[in-house]
Amino acid sequence: MLSTPALLLATMLFGLGLIGLLSRRNILYMLLSLEIMLNAAALAFIAGGARWGQVDGEIMFLFILTLAAAEVSVALGIVLQLSYRFRTLDADAFSEMRG
Amino acid sequence: MMNLLWLIPILPLAGFLILALHGEHLSRRLVAWVGCGSVGMSACITALVGVEFFHGLPDRASYQQTMWNWIDTSEMTVGLSWHLDALSFLMVAVITGIGFLIHLYSTEYLSDDDGYARFFAYMNLFVSAMLTLVLADNLLLLYLGWEGVGLCSYLLIGFWYHKPEYGTAAQKAFIVTRIGDTAFAVGLFIIFTQLKTLSIQQVQTLAVEAWPVGSNIAMIVAVLLLIGAVGKSAQLPLQVWLPDAMAGPTPVSALIHAATMVTAGVYLIARMHDLFALAPLVQGIVAVVGLLTLLLAASSALVQHDIKRVLAYSTMSQIGYMFLALGVGAWSAALFHFLTHSCFKALLFLAAGSVIHSLHHEQDIFRMGGLRRQLPWTFWTFLIGAAAMSGVPLITAGFYSKDWILWSVWSSPLSQQWMWVGALLGAFLTGLYSFRLIFRVFFGEVRTAAHGEPGLAMRVPLVVLAGLSLSVGFLEIPHTLGGLSLFGPYLSQVLPTMEVRPGMDDSSEAFEQIAVTCSALLGIGLAAFFFLPRVSVVDRLVGTAVGRFFVPFWQGGWGFDRLYERAFIQPWFALTRDAGEFLDRGYGVLVTGAEFCHVRLSRTQTGHIRWYAATIAVGTLMLLGLFAL
Amino acid sequence: MPMTLWLLILIPMLAAPLSWMGQQWSRHAARWIALGALSLDFLLALVLWSQGPPGSASGHGSWLVESQTSWIPRWGISLHLGLDGLSLVLILLTAFLGIIAIIASWTDIQNRVGFFHCNVLLALGGVIGVFLAIDLILFFFFWEFMLVPIYLLIAVWGHANRRYASFKFFLFTQAGSLLLLVAMITMAFLHQQATGRPSFDYADLMGLTLTREMAWWLALAFFIAFVVKLPAPPFHTWLPDTYTEAPTGVSIILAGLLAKTGAYGLLRYTVPMFPEIMSEFAPFAMGLGAAGILYGAVLACSQTDLKRLIAYSSLSHMGFILLGAFAMTELALQGVVMQLVAHGLSTGGLFLLAGALYERFQTRDMRQMGGLWKVIPRVASMALFFACASLGLPGLANFIGEFLVLFGSYSVQPIITILASIGMVMAAIYSLGMMQRTFFGQLRETRSIPDLSNVAFGTLLLMAVLQVWLGLYPRPVLATTKPVVDALIQSASLPAQASHSVPVMPSTLFTSQANTP
Repeated sequence: MLSTPALLLATMLFGLGLIGLLSRRNILYMLLSLEIMLNAAALAFIAGGARWGQVDGEIMFLFILTLAAAEVSVALGIVLQLSYRFRTLDADAFSEMRG
Repeated sequence: MMNLLWLIPILPLAGFLILALHGEHLSRRLVAWVGCGSVGMSACITALVGVEFFHGLPDRASYQQTMWNWIDTSEMTVGLSWHLDALSFLMVAVITGIGFLIHLYSTEYLSDDDGYARFFAYMNLFVSAMLTLVLADNLLLLYLGWEGVGLCSYLLIGFWYHKPEYGTAAQKAFIVTRIGDTAFAVGLFIIFTQLKTLSIQQVQTLAVEAWPVGSNIAMIVAVLLLIGAVGKSAQLPLQVWLPDAMAGPTPVSALIHAATMVTAGVYLIARMHDLFALAPLVQGIVAVVGLLTLLLAASSALVQHDIKRVLAYSTMSQIGYMFLALGVGAWSAALFHFLTHSCFKALLFLAAGSVIHSLHHEQDIFRMGGLRRQLPWTFWTFLIGAAAMSGVPLITAGFYSKDWILWSVWSSPLSQQWMWVGALLGAFLTGLYSFRLIFRVFFGEVRTAAHGEPGLAMRVPLVVLAGLSLSVGFLEIPHTLGGLSLFGPYLSQVLPTMEVRPGMDDSSEAFEQIAVTCSALLGIGLAAFFFLPRVSVVDRLVGTAVGRFFVPFWQGGWGFDRLYERAFIQPWFALTRDAGEFLDRGYGVLVTGAEFCHVRLSRTQTGHIRWYAATIAVGTLMLLGLFAL
Repeated sequence: MPMTLWLLILIPMLAAPLSWMGQQWSRHAARWIALGALSLDFLLALVLWSQGPPGSASGHGSWLVESQTSWIPRWGISLHLGLDGLSLVLILLTAFLGIIAIIASWTDIQNRVGFFHCNVLLALGGVIGVFLAIDLILFFFFWEFMLVPIYLLIAVWGHANRRYASFKFFLFTQAGSLLLLVAMITMAFLHQQATGRPSFDYADLMGLTLTREMAWWLALAFFIAFVVKLPAPPFHTWLPDTYTEAPTGVSIILAGLLAKTGAYGLLRYTVPMFPEIMSEFAPFAMGLGAAGILYGAVLACSQTDLKRLIAYSSLSHMGFILLGAFAMTELALQGVVMQLVAHGLSTGGLFLLAGALYERFQTRDMRQMGGLWKVIPRVASMALFFACASLGLPGLANFIGEFLVLFGSYSVQPIITILASIGMVMAAIYSLGMMQRTFFGQLRETRSIPDLSNVAFGTLLLMAVLQVWLGLYPRPVLATTKPVVDALIQSASLPAQASHSVPVMPSTLFTSQANTP
């Protein structure tokens, strides 16, 4: 079955993305990692759709793609603001929302 | 004419309204006209009503007039209704007549005062409330007047408000009487719950039907009304406010704290006499309270320094006589003493006021003396007043009324012999302290110079009252002395006449009268011995061990003030001084709990995005692990 | 006719944004719009009063005026308004005190005038809605609706400690409301179980038969929800802070009207809906009332802050309402209604005067005042009048209220009533203490201070005249609310006959009672 390796790949990608998200301090790289995680999820949907022969998987992929695009556009806007205000892209430097 | 009755209490009220709302803009002359005029017109209408009352009405029973229904529910109907009978007419006549004289006197006495309009406004309100009290047809309206006079008393005691101690005296008067009023109110609740009516006439008839003599309910109600009366009339144990109440201007003391308001308790008990007759034990208490108060007050009056305090204690003492008379069932005698007392005590206060006025507000009798020559008018009128109060036989009104009371105490089936002995001792003390005043103030060497006799407006009331103090006694002359009985039959329409214990005849009455006369004259004579030039006698007496104990004890009114200070006032202040909201602390626990959680939980919100991401990842893994298991 | 009920609510609500906008033209525009709207409301209520023959309606289910429009039928919710004597009297009071509050704020409020009056009008619209709504959801809507503007009024225009006070007020009333909401939804649910359709309508829920246990819990929720608002101890601790920190006009609204909504709730919902439970509960509730009277009075005696003293005295007066509402006799309930009106007038007057003093001295601390009679005799004499009203001087309206309550309660609970009467002595202590410390004694102030303006003096005089009028001729209020009171007693007495002992009277008394004029 093709789905198993695809799912494995998706898991690996998700893991890589997560590690990247947790280990990188630069906020741009964290966004990149986030994209990887999203795409891993999307890959899992494709694999699932192929496994069950259903179109739903591809629909969800399109959704995720759109979502990712939307998210990136908002996120990049925030990143721009952050770099403009704090003169840095280090995520650990921002803790304005601490309780 | 009778239908003008409603105007009697309303006219002074109108005077009050004019003065209260517009008094500041009126000239002093006009204020005096409004103030005196409203009461004077009331007095005139009283006279008109009186003419018809005595001639027009068959058997002079009573006359009712309703203005409107005050409270009108299906359970309770109480009208703003007036009830005129012999008893209330007597009170109305005294209040308007003496009230008018005192108003007239005040126009001169207070002529330099800033609060001229305010004074007359309060005085008019007082007269109105007092008339409401005595004309009320039901107990609730009576209570309105009762509280109204209390308020005016408060306002007038504290009339010179810039002195904090006067304010304290005013508050004391109001609060102490309010304690009595509250008991009175509870009495009203019981009466209404039991009898479903508050009309005085109906309450009396229904109570007689419904409650057997000596039943608990009658006792409780009578005791509660008695507490109310005791508060208002400054009798034991609520007497402490009256001496301090002398802080008010002297006309106020004359009108409120001598002639009218303080006798409201006497009026109440006389009004509700059927109820008290149902509770013989309570009636006995009335007598004992009266007797104790009269001795307490008479002994305290002996040692006071302030002329007005002497008179205040003497008022308590004389009202004690009235209570004693009520207690032994001599209703008419009590009212007769009320009548004579309001004449001679008003006279004494006004004359004392005239002394104080001439001495620039000096009230200490030890700084007075020899005023006999400087103030002849004042001296003679004061002398007549004092003679009437001590009961100088035959010529003064006080003799006839006091003699009637003592004879009643002697002969009543309700009294005991020791009561009579106590009352006799009181008569002796009365003579002593009255003439102590005379000798201290008007005889001896001059200590403070007086600046002339008062003017006409003050002199006329003095002379009129002096005339009354000599003459009203002739309304009731005991038959050992000729026998002319007008007052007793007049009141017998309303109040039952006292039965005499068997075995009392003219000779015992004559003996009793001689005893009374002797004790009064002995008191006066002893006063002459003590307080005329040879002052050293008194000083030596005061210096002995007994004197050193009794003089301060009596000066403090038998230590009641200090007792109440310890027992009630200090605990009360301790209670209210740091009375925090202890209930609020319960909610404080909630607040502390919320804050505790807040501090702990807010630490997890670091603001670091990678910390959030990591916790999300770990949390997801843990959840997945949970599902996998 | 039915539309007039909506008009009563909508006039202030629609005038609210208008007066906010009016600020753009001038400061006074906002004030005049608010004043005009409330006067219109008052006139409308007066018209209703003059038209409604007070004796005709016989209580619950038969209203003087009623208006019903379906709203969310599947849940049994409708826009149902009803007017009877009780609500009519309270609406008149609302409009009147609203006008007083606006006049009191005329010089007091100087910033964000438009927004202030917008909030006042919204709050008053909500209060009127509460007095009219007889659908529980609609009632709850208005109940919540009035809170937010009041919260803003305290939080924005209050005195120094306003944040604390406004939070406390909001949290307490919200907690009470939550209980109310839960109980209401439970009742609608039980109605569905019983009849197959949910209903929030007053008349429907009145007829609901409940199990004993369920009725207990619901009654408790309804009781607490309204008692928090009244308030009575131990739920009263928001009151002193809130009344003290609010600006003058809002204090008048809080004490004069918001407290009344609690009393109204008790009379309209708690007592008639759960008569059996309430007759068992009555001794406790009356005890709570007496405790409130004494506790409030003791604390009032210990205050040095003028407004706080008035706040605690207000707590003390509210105790009479609790006492009377649960005594369930005609006299007591008539007294409660009278006390509602009288307390609104007397406390309103006192707050107005406290505001006038604050405006002149920038302090509420009575230790810094004294001897002011000489300087500002108008303020002082009016204060004397309202202090007398507050201590229950006969001839004024408070006396009628308190005494009718006490007369009515004595036959039910003598001991508690006697305890409550002791409050009369304490009322004298704190009222006269206030006069003494503020207006009598040595004068401290030497600079000249303006006395009351003619408008303020006239307003106070009007309130004083009303006090005297109702004190000597309370019939207008008593007659208007008599049908409501009768119906309340009927609803309470039918099921409670067994447990309620009537004092046994000798038969002669009943015959003589008939002869009473």
